[in-house]
Amino acid sequence: MRQIREFFHERNVLEVETPILSSAGNTDVNIESFTSESINRDFPKSYLRTSPEFPLKRLLCSGSGDIFELGKVFRKGETSKTHNVEFTMLEWYRIGFNYLQLMDEVNELLISLMQDFGLSEPQIQNLTFNQCFEDYLEINLSEISTTQLNQICRQHNYDGSELNRDEALDFLFSMQIQPRFPREKIINVTQFPASQAALSMINPEDNNTSLRFETYFNGYELANGYQELTDAVEQEKRFNLDNAKRKNAGWNEVRMDKNLLTAMQHGMPDCSGVALGVDRLLMLLLDRKQIDEVLSFHSKNA
Amino acid sequence: MAVLGINDFKTGLKILINDEPWNITEVDMVKPGKGQAFTRIKAKHLRTGRVVEKTIKSTDKVESAEVMETDYQYLYTDGEYFYFMHPETFEQIEADKNAVGDNDKWLVEESLCTITLWNNSPYVVVPPNFVEMKIVETDPGLRGDTSGGGGKPAKLEYGAVVNIPLFVQEGEIIKVDTRSGEYVSRVKE
Repeated sequence: MRQIREFFHERNVLEVETPILSSAGNTDVNIESFTSESINRDFPKSYLRTSPEFPLKRLLCSGSGDIFELGKVFRKGETSKTHNVEFTMLEWYRIGFNYLQLMDEVNELLISLMQDFGLSEPQIQNLTFNQCFEDYLEINLSEISTTQLNQICRQHNYDGSELNRDEALDFLFSMQIQPRFPREKIINVTQFPASQAALSMINPEDNNTSLRFETYFNGYELANGYQELTDAVEQEKRFNLDNAKRKNAGWNEVRMDKNLLTAMQHGMPDCSGVALGVDRLLMLLLDRKQIDEVLSFHSKNA
Repeated sequence: MAVLGINDFKTGLKILINDEPWNITEVDMVKPGKGQAFTRIKAKHLRTGRVVEKTIKSTDKVESAEVMETDYQYLYTDGEYFYFMHPETFEQIEADKNAVGDNDKWLVEESLCTITLWNNSPYVVVPPNFVEMKIVETDPGLRGDTSGGGGKPAKLEYGAVVNIPLFVQEGEIIKVDTRSGEYVSRVKE
């Protein structure tokens, strides 16, 4: 933690703290928030944050400049060898950076920490999302149909209900590609499909891809970064689309962060931001295989 | 029938796969930060012991199997069915050959067996870990050999064949471990 803070202080990135409990939540269909009692009489309930993204962006809109936050976030139902429902997230934003510059900074942080821990400097490999599918599964994503993807998932022991395209890509990526990434190497994956842009900008040169990257080490997903969407109208559209999908699936809709939209309408600076799982980072620095080995108390006995 | 969401999954839970009951032995979740969560389970077939690995969407539903384990006392067989009685309620149930499987050779009258009931009918019959049985056929072996080095096959009263020490004779009663099918000791009458 001290080394992480020093890394940012040296670069003049300001440490900030934002609310853990908020009246608005994360609409992302693949992330579930814990809810609690109301903290504001206008709204019936509150949400525990799944990341500090929205308040950090509000600070960016109000002119904070480069900022980072180190803190606990919560995701309902996420327990596995590499997930704990409560975990520590490092999130930072750099004004004027494109996503590749930020990706380089993520790699610099990882390498500097690995050196602090006496580990040798790893090689770095950059791959596009499509290249991953070509290199590891010999799949050309521009030609393959969703039906064919489903068949391939079933060949790889998928037994559940029919998958949509993004779900099938998630399955193959997380079960067949990610675990096969070479060890002791930083792998950066770029140009995620536009349908998996989340809160990143769509690539202006190719509207099938987004300006999003993910960083992996030893097969673990460590960081997820975007060249940030700054357009309030597009942002609201994505929130609404998420809630429409939630409604369709019969799940609870989540109150979107209207304050963020208002802030974005006033102007959000061009920037890139990234979130990094600190517990997984510790796993790699200490060579541990399970997240509970780096937590003082795992959620199962918290 | 109860339908389960994956968040209910834990080891020891009994679920239906292809309309047959399985016991979950391992559960793990795989989830990209911004992507669909998948649940990977390992399950063991209740009757055959076969192990499968399955991966499903964490939002998929799975049916639970109505499975219960109860101890029953073995009564007798008519060749087709095996009859058991609950030691307290005296309720009687019958298990077919599929439920008993290879364990028919270990069924000693009045012994307490563990019966797995699936939808209230016997699905698996497990005999006690140790049973006492009479040797009905074995070679006489060498007189004076009491060390037990090596062994010889012996046929027991319900058809099981076990390897016994050379000094144990036909007509004696022995204790056998039904899980391994191995001789444990002689039983003095």
